[in-house]
Amino acid sequence: MTITMIDYGIGNYRSVQKAIEAVDGRSDLTADPDVIANADKLVLIGVGAFGATMDALRARNQEQAIHHAVAKGTPLLGICVGMQVLLEDSDEFGFHTGLGLIPGHVRKFPDNPLLNVPHIGWNQLEHDGTSPILRDVAPNDYAYFVHSFCCHPAAETDTIAHTDYGWRYTSVIGRDNIYGIQFHAEKSQHVGLQILRNYLAM
Amino acid sequence: MLAKRIIPCLDVHNGRVVKGINFLNLRDAGDPVEQAKVYDAEGADELVFLDITATHEGRATMLEVARAVADQVFIPFTVGGGIRTVEDMRAMLRAGADKIGINSAAVKTPDLIAAGAEQFGAQAIVVAIDARQITAERRTGTSDTGYDVAAPDWLTADSPLRIDDESQWEVYVRGGRVPTGIDAVRWAAYAQQRGAGEILLTSMNGDGTKAGYDILLTAAVSDATTIPVIASGGAGNSEHFVEAVTEGGADAALAASLFHFRELSIAEVKNYMIEEGVPVRPIRES
Repeated sequence: MTITMIDYGIGNYRSVQKAIEAVDGRSDLTADPDVIANADKLVLIGVGAFGATMDALRARNQEQAIHHAVAKGTPLLGICVGMQVLLEDSDEFGFHTGLGLIPGHVRKFPDNPLLNVPHIGWNQLEHDGTSPILRDVAPNDYAYFVHSFCCHPAAETDTIAHTDYGWRYTSVIGRDNIYGIQFHAEKSQHVGLQILRNYLAM
Repeated sequence: MLAKRIIPCLDVHNGRVVKGINFLNLRDAGDPVEQAKVYDAEGADELVFLDITATHEGRATMLEVARAVADQVFIPFTVGGGIRTVEDMRAMLRAGADKIGINSAAVKTPDLIAAGAEQFGAQAIVVAIDARQITAERRTGTSDTGYDVAAPDWLTADSPLRIDDESQWEVYVRGGRVPTGIDAVRWAAYAQQRGAGEILLTSMNGDGTKAGYDILLTAAVSDATTIPVIASGGAGNSEHFVEAVTEGGADAALAASLFHFRELSIAEVKNYMIEEGVPVRPIRES
């Protein structure tokens, strides 16, 4: 099975593709909405701002293609901003609507003079080990984060893992065939590779 | 909880590691990818590549190195050395580097910090500072240094960044050889204000001594900034790493020779830090 990476013109596709290769997976990069709609498995990465990412997806008619694929059960994994756009909206640089695949919102870290934002570095994944996306990832193992905004899913059941950075927030999200991880799988060494391996096995 | 980071630094010349891991059965000890893989396996949280190549062609080679490392090593890494423009930064980030280190170029043109942060985000811009304790001779201007002071054009006589009676450390450039007349602690705060996402702080007094990081310098810069500080220069044993992140308030500690020459392994450092109650990403049990 080949993972289809959604190419919307921003982001470091190469590193993610190489990480997928490292766990014996294959990936194609495409901007074509038809290819996205009919993919076996999708990955949506992101490094830019939420609004810029959504604008780029819409400009390429990819939003509908993603909805179409997800509606028929195609697995989708969002990474970093690719996770955030799964939700309904964000207030990063103004108000922007997202893909709305998972109910909830994206908001900046609460002000805390003791904590630096962006949250950069290795932090822990608190999870109960039951989700297939975190299979063989030890509870409290570390992943590499770089972000200033976080996901606030409306339903508690959509949170798969929490991370503690002054307060506990959702760092892995999941609903049906949709998953999102706030950290960079391609920079999180064995933890990131294991998650990609798990996603390939789904 | 956010972990404190241990970062090995690799010097690269014309695409080859020049001060690398010795006494290991590496197929090719000069290959940056091989070295990076070893450190990755040993539990390094991040890598810093310092390009000490002087020529333009050599720098193009560094792009190839970054690409090869990003393809095969799945932890973040910074590339520093010889980066002078936003275009240099863009090329290196495109090649797969996560962060760019700028030192002399930032001193010469602080606008470069802001331009880089605007284009790529503050998290991608690491301002490297080589700091040296100010001697009485240097302070009074009686030191026969034998070299010029490389004060940047923008450093006016009344600039608040200029060293004065209260200054304890001065910024040096060109590999830590030439003084600039800039107060190192105030420079760090100014670099943050201009958009730096991280400070890589090297004590030129401590560098190579193995006598420990300059804790006073590290603490002074940590207190003056709210961005992560990477302590560098002087690591000689595991206790030094603990001191850097506790008393020094650093978020990360960097070492080069200590790791290269296998005097200490990253695992030894991390295990000691865990014993001392410092949050670090544990070494993976394989």
